[in-house]
Amino acid sequence: MNLLDIANSALTSLWANKLRSSLTVLGIVIGVAAVISLMSIGRGAQASITERIQSLGTNLLFVQPGATSFGGIFFGQGSASTLTLDDAYAISDPTAIPSVSAVAPELSTFGDIVFGRENTSTQVLGVTTEYLDVRNLELSTGGFISQGHVTNRSEVAVLGSFTSETLFGLRDPVGQTIRINDRRFTVIGVLDSEGGGPFGQLDDQILVPITTAYYRLASERTTQGDVTVNLISVQVEDEDLMDQAEGEIATLLRLRHRLTSEDDFTINNQQDTLETLEETTDTFVMFLGAIAGISLLVGGIGIMNIMLVSVTERTREIGIRKAMGATRRDILVQFMSEAIVLSIGGGGIGVLAGIALSRLIDGRTLLGQNFETVFSGDIVVLALFVSAAIGLFFGIYPAVRAARQHPIDALRYE
Amino acid sequence: MIVLEGVTKVYSLGAVQVRALDGVDLSINRGEIVAVMGVSGSGKSTLMNILGCLDVPTSGSYSLDGEDVGSLDDDKLAYIRNRKVGFVFQTYNLLPRLTALANVELPLLYGRGRRQRRQRAQEALERVGLADRMRHKPAELSGGQQQRVGIARALVKDPAILLADEPTGNLDSRSSEEIISMLIRLNRDEGITVVVVTHSPEIAARTDRVISMLDGRIVDDTPVDRDR
Ligand SMILES: Nc1ncnc2c1ncn2[C@@H]1O[C@H](COP(=O)(O)OP(=O)(O)OP(=O)(O)O)[C@@H](O)[C@H]1O
Ligand SMILES: [Mg+2]
Repeated sequence: MNLLDIANSALTSLWANKLRSSLTVLGIVIGVAAVISLMSIGRGAQASITERIQSLGTNLLFVQPGATSFGGIFFGQGSASTLTLDDAYAISDPTAIPSVSAVAPELSTFGDIVFGRENTSTQVLGVTTEYLDVRNLELSTGGFISQGHVTNRSEVAVLGSFTSETLFGLRDPVGQTIRINDRRFTVIGVLDSEGGGPFGQLDDQILVPITTAYYRLASERTTQGDVTVNLISVQVEDEDLMDQAEGEIATLLRLRHRLTSEDDFTINNQQDTLETLEETTDTFVMFLGAIAGISLLVGGIGIMNIMLVSVTERTREIGIRKAMGATRRDILVQFMSEAIVLSIGGGGIGVLAGIALSRLIDGRTLLGQNFETVFSGDIVVLALFVSAAIGLFFGIYPAVRAARQHPIDALRYE
Repeated sequence: MIVLEGVTKVYSLGAVQVRALDGVDLSINRGEIVAVMGVSGSGKSTLMNILGCLDVPTSGSYSLDGEDVGSLDDDKLAYIRNRKVGFVFQTYNLLPRLTALANVELPLLYGRGRRQRRQRAQEALERVGLADRMRHKPAELSGGQQQRVGIARALVKDPAILLADEPTGNLDSRSSEEIISMLIRLNRDEGITVVVVTHSPEIAARTDRVISMLDGRIVDDTPVDRDR
């Protein structure tokens, strides 16, 4: 039999049992649609995470105090207070490390914020002028912290968009005075909204000059009286120079800290972070797909079930075909092709349903979660491949049973 | 050329053994038309199934055109069923969902020689006088017409041997007469070797040779004397 005959005969006999065939196909449709929509939801989450990191710029190095790194991801801020503002200035010195284009040290602490009758508690971040550029932030109104503010330890504050809304609602905060831990700060600007990110609510924070944060707000001080920092973001001129810059910064800091053995700082590469995160989210996406795959498996069992019934019902037909010269292989191919038509047909419809479903979900808020879906061809290929494989796997046993029938016994079957 | 030597077929039903064929020696020449008779349960169908390569003997040898069928594998047996013998059943054994034409095409789906399927099936149906019933399904045909479809299906690959196991068993006398005349004509005009199982002495009398069976043995094997 040629391919056309095989397909024709498979379709004919499936068509003879329309309801039964379509219910069996439905099992696969649901499985494939679930795989596709869940995986595209997963990919959507992955994309928005990566996008957020990339929006920071991929040419960033993060220097943190203490050897607290774990697999490239940093959990919380370094605990040891070994990095200082002077370290940051040293790194930014173009004669020391020419490939560094900007350096943004930061010192984070928490503060109780009060304006009039509104109050909130949030992260207060001590930063320098460079922070805005290095972190790729935009102001929605007002200005940013200047070099003068840092030198003079000025009591000025730039609000995150969420914090601004909490305290001021729709009023313009610029020029207003708020209290941070009972100290009066003048609001000079508000940041644009960044949306929720992997590092927590970027919109819910207050930026102040780093010196002010250290001398007026932070609780810990070093013995030498230097301004300590939690994190130094280093912008490197070119992504290709990342490794080189990393090495130079490490050498510089070792020298400055007079280290002989273990480093008291950690340098994280934005690129590494991205890769690790992508690996993690990949696992997550595969996991989602696997969960949906279970329903595909159930659909496959449905195919096997119906094919076994069909083989029994058509025992006489098998006998007749064998009497007319069909070989085992002919019968095997016949029943296999029916199983595969069911599974691939289900796979095809499932792909369409899955695409429709992920389009439907895209950009919608369900159960308080905002869903974004990213749909890609490889998911379709995967889903089709898996459903064909399921047809093969679950079709083979019934088909072998059919092929093994003895012609006379099959002809006599009532 | 069919040659059977000491062919035995034993069915085991638990502890009980049924000897459906018990040492059958038989040879049938090319171009003969042979009737097989005998009471129910005497082993006629068992013999036909072995002749048609639908079943294999428990012991003894069967050679078809000089080839030892007993030593053939499944695929080779399927090839013989497809090419060398045509089998006509008492219960027609047509596929109910297919039209007469598609039923006749069935043997052409398997094995080699698949070209001009439609045309060859049409010709076979014309040979049995069913040119006007090609698009009918079996349920839309009379018993005699269904059996003619069965014969067309058996003939479509131009086999040298036609085996018919009680082809008229389910038919009235007029249809029976048509079927038997057709088998005889195929033998006389086209030289096809025909073996037909029948309970009817009248039918048997119209063949060349009558084989009588009892308890799995051939008890009588006589040429028909037409001048009587
Ligand atoms: N599959 C089987 N299992 C067990 N016994 C069988 C089987 N097939 C046939 N027999 C036995 O073999 C013997 C011969 O059966 P067979 O069908 O050849 O008889 P028959 O001559 O064709 O009879 P009838 O005229 O009724 O068709 C019978 O006794 C029958 O019970
Ligand atoms: Mg019989």
